Amino acid sequence: MALSFNLSWVDYTIMIIYFIFVLGIGWALKKQMKDASAFLEAGRSLPAWVTGLAFISANLGALEVIGMAASGAKYGMATVHFYWIGAIPAMIFLAIFMMPFYYGSKARSVPEYLKLRFDEKTRGFNAFSFAIMTIFASGISMYALALLMKTLLGWNFHMSLVVSAAIVLVYTYLGGLSSAIYNEVLQFFLIVIGFLPLVIIGMIKIGGWDGMVEKLAMDPMTSGLQHSWQNISPTHPMGSWMGIFFGLGFVLSFGYWCTNFLVVQRAMAAGSMSAARKTPLIGAFPKMFIPFLVIVPGMIAIALLNSGDELFVLPMKGGSYDYDLVVPMLLQRFLPAGVLGLGLTALMASFMSGMAGNVTAFNTVFTYDIYQSYIVPGKSDSHYLTVGRITTIVGVAVSILTAYVAAMFNNVMDFLQLIFAFINAPLFAAFLMGMFTKRTTGHGAFWGLLTGTFSAALVHGFTQPAGATSLVKGGWSGTVLKVFPSEMVQNFWIAIIAFSVALVATIVISQFTKRTKTDEELKGLVYSLTPKVVDDSKHWYQSPVFLAWTVGAIAIVLSIIFW
Amino acid sequence: MGLDIKIPIGLMFTIFGVILGIYGLATEGSDMYVKSLNYNVNLWSGIAMFIFGLGMLLFSDIMKKKVKK
Repeated sequence: MALSFNLSWVDYTIMIIYFIFVLGIGWALKKQMKDASAFLEAGRSLPAWVTGLAFISANLGALEVIGMAASGAKYGMATVHFYWIGAIPAMIFLAIFMMPFYYGSKARSVPEYLKLRFDEKTRGFNAFSFAIMTIFASGISMYALALLMKTLLGWNFHMSLVVSAAIVLVYTYLGGLSSAIYNEVLQFFLIVIGFLPLVIIGMIKIGGWDGMVEKLAMDPMTSGLQHSWQNISPTHPMGSWMGIFFGLGFVLSFGYWCTNFLVVQRAMAAGSMSAARKTPLIGAFPKMFIPFLVIVPGMIAIALLNSGDELFVLPMKGGSYDYDLVVPMLLQRFLPAGVLGLGLTALMASFMSGMAGNVTAFNTVFTYDIYQSYIVPGKSDSHYLTVGRITTIVGVAVSILTAYVAAMFNNVMDFLQLIFAFINAPLFAAFLMGMFTKRTTGHGAFWGLLTGTFSAALVHGFTQPAGATSLVKGGWSGTVLKVFPSEMVQNFWIAIIAFSVALVATIVISQFTKRTKTDEELKGLVYSLTPKVVDDSKHWYQSPVFLAWTVGAIAIVLSIIFW
Repeated sequence: MGLDIKIPIGLMFTIFGVILGIYGLATEGSDMYVKSLNYNVNLWSGIAMFIFGLGMLLFSDIMKKKVKK
């Protein structure tokens, strides 16, 4: 197998310089970490363009670059649904409608918002599930990075794991959330600039977009992959219009972008209400164009395979191509020493930004929502700063452990991810009802969440994706009522059903339970009880509403062009 | 939190630009560029990164202060 990159001294020089800058940013911020708020909330002082790029970069982790290129090779441009319909509407909604409550309330985290709006048990449920989930996500990132370095560069797995964890630990320990955010901005530019040469050279090789379309058409199986909507049908691996619109575009997307503290935390670190509302919108501009950097390479790879490029090989795995290797194999095919080092550094940067994002979200939720709430309340600020720092170390250490769990028991990880998916699907129902109706009660939200989670598990038990081999994929009840064309479509429908059940349950239970919070207490937390935010942008074209319309319009135009 | 992130970004890409640019010039015409369809990608990306890096530095706070003085 042609899987060894021979790196030259230039490649290593670039890598080392990058790591020096990453650590240097943490070190430069060290002196400013005087209180818990500075360490865990970046002192709520960052400019909108910084939080906006970090918002996208925190999400541009390992799964994104490797996974989206793989998906681009398998499903073509249909993968953009994860970027356009599956992100932009939710980001606009977060900016315009939800940020005023997150930023305007005194909440320091998403679970804390739930405590202010509902009650202790709803917060606890969210805080614990989120804390465990982020640690596992961080562990999976580390595992994937170490595995890739071992496959590509022949580096020692344990060494790669420990060294990457140590780098992330040092810069998040020194500079806290600010350090993670500033580094995410650096990583954002590195990822874009590092992958551009690959996309440009690849495109020239296959004769531009038209050449690519022509070469995709050489194989009836891959013909038409350049369309995003045209091939969508109930038998398509991405499923029907309904599933994409409601499952991906509504429930999963709003559930992720609007309630996941990992991304919301970036917006909450902004310096003003206006900057906080602009954060997701500024992030939306690059988000819309990232597909050309991560999905298009997958399609370039297929075009190369179809037209028989003698220098490009894609290794096989279990009877089909190993699509996860699309990006590394393209790097090897097109980039000589020098830019190759840059590309690999960009790849590492994407893993690390994912890891650091999870670690900084974890330490905030743990310190404020678990430690300060349940373990040791009422101590001084410097006490919680110390706890925040120790949590960072513990978080990274536990991540390393989970990386080893991932390495040893693949099924355990699949199972855990499944459970988190069940918990996440109904979450947006609680936020939607809580933010927009004052009648929704804590009992309603909490039992709505549990009912939704339970119904997700139930749907999973009675359905299966085509070709399922293990019970972790579904059908554990023994009776399979519906077979979906793919796991993705199954996920969309589980999300739709879980959300609907949670919504109905929240409404019904709220009607039968007493409100525990007065109108006065809900001020700033519920739409009807909060004075409308007046935007203080200097120019009309800087206002969040104008930015939102622009983002929406560009997303629609892009969808039409790549229909 | 006071850190002008434009400075580290600008510095890092300027350094990358210089390294790749010089490396590109030194390896001009080498058959390692057969891979990249005979384009000297190191030289070109080096120039692009150098310009990007300088641009970032130019818009950073230290430059703004100097212009005011």
